Amino acid sequence: MTPVDQEENDLFVDPQRCIGCRACEAACSECSTHRGVPMIHLEPLDPFESVKTGPTLCMHCDDPACAAVCPADAIKRTEDGIVQSSQKSRCIGCSNCQIACPFGVPKIYKARAQMNKCDMCYDRTSTGLKPMCATVCPSEAIFFGPKSQIESMRKNKANNQFQFGGQKITTKVYVMMDTSEETIDMDVMDFMSSSGLEEKEPWA
Amino acid sequence: MAKLPISEDKIFEQFGPHLKYEPPGGWEKSVEEPDSKVKTHCCFCGQQCGIILKVKDNQVIGFDPWEAFPFNKGKLCPKGVKRYLQGSHPDRLLYPLENRSGVGYERISWDAAYSRVVAEIQRIQNKYGKDHFAMLSGVSLSNEKSYLVGKFARVALQTANLDYNGRLCMVSAGAGNKKAFGIDRAANSWADLLETDLILCAGTNVSECAPITTDYIWKARDTRGAKLIVVDPRITPIARTADLILPVRPGTDSHLFNTILNLMIQAGDVDQQFINEHTVGFEDVKNAVAKYTLDECERITGVPVKSIKTAAEWWGKAKRSFLLHARGIEHHTKGVDNVLSCINLVLATGRIGKVGCGYATITGQGNGQGGREHGHKCDQLPGNRDITNPEHRKYISQVWGIDEKDLPGKGLSAQEIMNEIHDGKIKGLISICFNPLVSLPDSNFTREALEKLEFYAIIDFFMSETACHADIILPGSLHEEDEGTSTSAEGRVIRIQKAVNPPGEAKADGEILLEIARRLGKGKYFDHFKKAEDIFNELRVASKGGTADYFGITYEKIDKNMGVFWPCPDLDHPGTPRLFEGGKFYHSDRKAHFNVVEFKPSADEINSDYPIYLTTGRVIYHYLSGTQTRRIGFLSDQCPDPYMEIHPRLAEKYAIQEGDGVKIISRRGSIELKAKIVKTIRPDTIFVPYHWAGKQSINRVTQRALDPISKIPEFKMSAVRIEKV
Repeated sequence: MTPVDQEENDLFVDPQRCIGCRACEAACSECSTHRGVPMIHLEPLDPFESVKTGPTLCMHCDDPACAAVCPADAIKRTEDGIVQSSQKSRCIGCSNCQIACPFGVPKIYKARAQMNKCDMCYDRTSTGLKPMCATVCPSEAIFFGPKSQIESMRKNKANNQFQFGGQKITTKVYVMMDTSEETIDMDVMDFMSSSGLEEKEPWA
Repeated sequence: MAKLPISEDKIFEQFGPHLKYEPPGGWEKSVEEPDSKVKTHCCFCGQQCGIILKVKDNQVIGFDPWEAFPFNKGKLCPKGVKRYLQGSHPDRLLYPLENRSGVGYERISWDAAYSRVVAEIQRIQNKYGKDHFAMLSGVSLSNEKSYLVGKFARVALQTANLDYNGRLCMVSAGAGNKKAFGIDRAANSWADLLETDLILCAGTNVSECAPITTDYIWKARDTRGAKLIVVDPRITPIARTADLILPVRPGTDSHLFNTILNLMIQAGDVDQQFINEHTVGFEDVKNAVAKYTLDECERITGVPVKSIKTAAEWWGKAKRSFLLHARGIEHHTKGVDNVLSCINLVLATGRIGKVGCGYATITGQGNGQGGREHGHKCDQLPGNRDITNPEHRKYISQVWGIDEKDLPGKGLSAQEIMNEIHDGKIKGLISICFNPLVSLPDSNFTREALEKLEFYAIIDFFMSETACHADIILPGSLHEEDEGTSTSAEGRVIRIQKAVNPPGEAKADGEILLEIARRLGKGKYFDHFKKAEDIFNELRVASKGGTADYFGITYEKIDKNMGVFWPCPDLDHPGTPRLFEGGKFYHSDRKAHFNVVEFKPSADEINSDYPIYLTTGRVIYHYLSGTQTRRIGFLSDQCPDPYMEIHPRLAEKYAIQEGDGVKIISRRGSIELKAKIVKTIRPDTIFVPYHWAGKQSINRVTQRALDPISKIPEFKMSAVRIEKV
């Protein structure tokens, strides 16, 4: 349990700082539990247009879709909000979680016939260490610490609420974003003009 | 000799590069409790990040972040994370090898290897003269090894012709710093970056070549609202969020900086009091830059007038500022000029030697700073002393116990040594920590030169592309296989701890040099070196009184303080993180010197036959000639081959699409690569990373033209044409 007067540490992703170096992947892949396979993924966002990149790691949703759709009940969320990797004894490798996750995080590793994903370095955080990605990240695009600390250090704001169409998802992991935005909209409708759109679906 | 004994393919089949992905013994073993955890530093770039190596059964099995080390606080780039895979790599050279024509490389005993090396050194030097046997070295070596190489070449080989791969790295910056400040070191520790208001990065791909520095820049931006200006022909990762991007045409940097200075002078944005009290030469510079006008600058540099004006206004009016530059402005036939034009901008504002006010060149190689101070530079003696200065010669001769007349004079620089080998004047070569076949420009020329050597011995841990040409290959040690110190880009002297012994019959580099010295009959000058610390203690004395004064630094003091910044002239001295406080510089007049810089065109001419600018550089996954990083699976997988970055507008002109094969042709040679279409490079310029060998080496295309002062080759501007293949 975290003492009341001690603020909890959280994980923050600040994509504008990401330099695309893959130190997070390299370091994550060294973990003794997933040996050589990184649980964090770095995507070049638009390789032909720019040098922008962004790390993708498990956002640890408050109400995780991956766990909700798992037919084998293999994905557990701990009391402190960590959505764990699938349990080897239960996972049937069906890919439901991979399809359901709005952030594209879970991956089925065929060699093990199991879904593995980031569990926020439970082995490290439980002993007072930072997750490995947040420890090595050269630019602090991945940061681990109290929310008040990062908000006092940076101009942008920590956000953990994401709007997917009509559904709002709250996560344990925060994304640093422009202070003018309240939530990160990911529905294209939010950016489209309403004029010209048919009242009725064309097939109706 | 110095020719390949068998085909390149057969050599690579035997010696790699092969890719290693897993720790020694596989992942199963890596989870076992290590025998020890060794706090040391990364073996790669000049930032020298702290890292903990996990050791089991005399092998490095993994890493841990070293969060207590103040520079990087546990942060690492992927090279640092994966470097531990080198030690146990199957490509490691484990025995001395001899080049046998038509057969390959045959294992021989150390005694036979030493005997042949010494016999050939003596034969060549007796027949042609001492200076006809040269030595090439490198600054991935520790301070102790660098010092030892310098002494070995001058005292044991007695050749003037010793130079090093820092000739491809820090020499323009070093020469510029000495001219302006009288000392060659970053003016500040990186701590001053956190306290600054404006950062100007000129020709430095910070995120890929000095990744941890990115965080320092961001912290200044976030906590102080510092602005960032980037001068580069490419929008590098650090540039994409910059407040001002000046995408300068390759080779036109000094025109830009002269124009900015002129605008500042016109606006009255100079610190006249500082200039009067602490500098000389400003009036000459002021007169010289008066003719650098905005319109002309836009025409030459390709940077819009508005951006140049904004840069001048920001730099002129800032309260605190920090200027960083690197090889982008230094790898030119006017590299020293480019550096001086930057320094003029700093001196004119007086923003140096104070909190948050700084200047630094970012050292590229691990020990690029310390290596050039103490050893293997053809014109330098320990302590950053001048080999042509009679007093300096006398002092070092006394420390070394030799007659001053036996101390060789100034030798040739690295490229000039290769030129003389090609000319048939230099007949023999020994090298360590240098892969010139990949890293020197015009590699077809380098290959021809190597094949002309009568004898070539190399000390290396992998079969580098250059090592393939050696007659005798002496298996040496990795960074983690020997004790020592290194000096980071900040000027911080740090400790390299030995984690493991060299594998097989490989030996620590120093041991190899000492045995050759003994067999050359010079043992008495070296026999007191029983361990690395003995060498460091002699280095301390040799550097005493020089500008790079290490006398007050001991191993114990480094360990206790997590590094000590030189100059540190006595044991009670705390070290000097920030130079030039109180406006005191290191010239005999204690003033900083302005230097007039006139813009000159590059050596390679752009014309209708060769209409495109080529510039080269690094990617984050590889280090220098790639001898190490091309053998590490994770790193190589991210960037397995070189490529050509091209803007869609230029690509369209040649009907080139993403992934198409292209041929780049210069006046020296050509290369075939795949195109990568990006909007982040000027449409008159292409970029190719340089970490590969043979047919994949962009240095087949680059030129041997040198800066007249620093002798650095002009890697950053070659005239080329391209063809779709």
